[in-house]
Amino acid sequence: MKITYPHMGNACIAIEAMLQKLKLEVIPPPPISKKTLEIGTKHCPEFACMPLKITMGNFIEALDLGADTILMAGGWGPCRFGYYAQVERDILADLGYKFDMVILEAPDSRVSELFRQLQALGQNVSIVEAFKALKFAWYKLQVVEELEKKLAYVHPRALDKRKAENIYDLALEKIKATQDKEEIDKLFHTCLASLDQIALRAEEPLRIGLVGEIYTVLEPMANYNLIRSLGRLNVEVDNSIYISDWLNDHLLGGLVKKSHRRQLLKCAAPYLNYFVGGHGLETVGSTVIYARQSYDGVIHLGPLTCMPEIVAQSVLKRVSSEEGIPCMTLYFDEHAGVAGIQTRLEAFTDMLKRKKARRAAIH
Amino acid sequence: MSYYLGVDIGSVSSNFVLIDEKQQLQEKLYLRTEGNPVRAIKNGYKELLEKRREKLDIKGIGATGSGRHLADIILGADVVKNEITAHAVAASWFYPEVRTIIEIGGQDSKIILLQGGVVSDFAMNTVCAAGTGSFLDQQASRLNMSIYDFGPTALKSKQAVRIAGRCGVFAESDMIHKQQMGYPIEDILMGLCEALVRNYLNNVGKGKKIEAPIIFQGGVAANAGLKKAFEKILQTPIMIPPHYDVMGAIGAAILAREYIEDQGVNTAFKGDSFIIEGQFKSSSFECKGCPNLCEVVCIKREQEILAYWGDRCQKWESSLGHKEVG
Repeated sequence: MKITYPHMGNACIAIEAMLQKLKLEVIPPPPISKKTLEIGTKHCPEFACMPLKITMGNFIEALDLGADTILMAGGWGPCRFGYYAQVERDILADLGYKFDMVILEAPDSRVSELFRQLQALGQNVSIVEAFKALKFAWYKLQVVEELEKKLAYVHPRALDKRKAENIYDLALEKIKATQDKEEIDKLFHTCLASLDQIALRAEEPLRIGLVGEIYTVLEPMANYNLIRSLGRLNVEVDNSIYISDWLNDHLLGGLVKKSHRRQLLKCAAPYLNYFVGGHGLETVGSTVIYARQSYDGVIHLGPLTCMPEIVAQSVLKRVSSEEGIPCMTLYFDEHAGVAGIQTRLEAFTDMLKRKKARRAAIH
Repeated sequence: MSYYLGVDIGSVSSNFVLIDEKQQLQEKLYLRTEGNPVRAIKNGYKELLEKRREKLDIKGIGATGSGRHLADIILGADVVKNEITAHAVAASWFYPEVRTIIEIGGQDSKIILLQGGVVSDFAMNTVCAAGTGSFLDQQASRLNMSIYDFGPTALKSKQAVRIAGRCGVFAESDMIHKQQMGYPIEDILMGLCEALVRNYLNNVGKGKKIEAPIIFQGGVAANAGLKKAFEKILQTPIMIPPHYDVMGAIGAAILAREYIEDQGVNTAFKGDSFIIEGQFKSSSFECKGCPNLCEVVCIKREQEILAYWGDRCQKWESSLGHKEVG
């Protein structure tokens, strides 16, 4: 069995680690490129959202490299993503590919179900080994997310942005390649130390919260490198969604770490009290939290035609005026109009900067 | 005399203004970009020199518009600013009380809301360019009419016909249908104006609170039919600034003046001979450094490489030194 999976930001690092510990031969899809999107767009319904098109491109590129099994996430609720695994299976079968598809669904009741799903996937692994695989993947994910957070702090303040980017990119590449825990720890600390060496600007950066649909938020190819672009404009970005939070809340029943989901729902409640699918509810709740933490603004992302985020966007108007936080929504689709995105980011940050300066002048 | 130069290089027009140290407009130039921004920037500057018949003492330069980075490379700008800020700065200089700016240009339209002279919210058109200058141009030429006659003709209408404004393509077929039915041209034009205003309010204005005083600027503000349609639908008088067509450039010039005076620095202006005498060339190539395969643009003057852009990792862009933008 040669297994592959879809890309989503840095998730590949943890997924690959887990699959290898399950003693599987892994064929990772090539990094997402223009070609990936081109292939995906060619074979997907035109009105579907970008996550379908990109993951489809991933699968085709990996199958062409010899993969014969696809691991994909399922889901439920009004977001179409829950159905994408089935759609992709049918489209790939129509294209003549021979493969198996394994769909990981969120367990209904017990976490042990998840271990069973993983055990069934592995090659002759015991339930203990399945547990260990998951634990190791989780550890790697934690390390990666710590580095993401460190970069999020250093990048907007750094005088030499490219240096910070390079240190982080290189460390991630090395961490991805090793499955040795001690080695990972060493790389982690070296990377932190090198990022600490970078000279910082004196001025405190603007702080912007990032909310929206998880795939678009986490996958730089789906948001045209938004977080880096903002960092280069000296803006500190706080990401409202991390993969570990999502896994903890949705797959692991909040067992692994403290969940702030309850607070999120409480904050969203006066504005939106109903599950609208995808991350619509989280978008609203996180925006309220950012407003109360005195962030300078919120940027809301979604793939074009994303129903849950369209619902959230219309609610955000009220949140924005009542909580007093500027919000900007950006939808992403297959287009190369990077300049248009850049103009909006510059205009938004400029607006926040001028507002802040005026507030400072008044007080 | 000393001036600050503001340039707004858009998809359709390239605008140049000179303001003096008291921020008074001394010269303005509205040119068509005609798909060649490099030539437009060069010719615009040349024309400015010819018009003034003096050696211009340029104290500072501000650039805006989608071609702002190109303008920066060729002219040497002190401030490179997005269009939203530039338009807002200019509008609140002429009208300190302004609350809403409607800006419709060649290919994009924006709404900017202000509070106390500071932008509080804005939006730009996303997927559809219906209602912008290019669309109006196209419709005028289809009717074999000069774009300058569009407004005055529309104003003659007593009863505008209803035209679907949801989409530019549908609006056009709806117009043709109404023409074939025999409706008078002025009623069709006024109907089109109203359709475009509805489209603007639904797509760009999208639920934003439009409060007076309202300013209408950008090249399309020349169209009196659209002004009347906005006033009819919003039921509020709309003001059009005297230099509505070059407001972005004025804003850029004001920002340049502020920057130079606050920072007490010298301008990055490249000088007459650099701009006029050299041959500027742009070329592009696909970077093979990683699977992204970015299309990198390279701008050259004679043999000297002035700038690269288009690469996500900024490997090329930063290879020539970095300049901060905003």
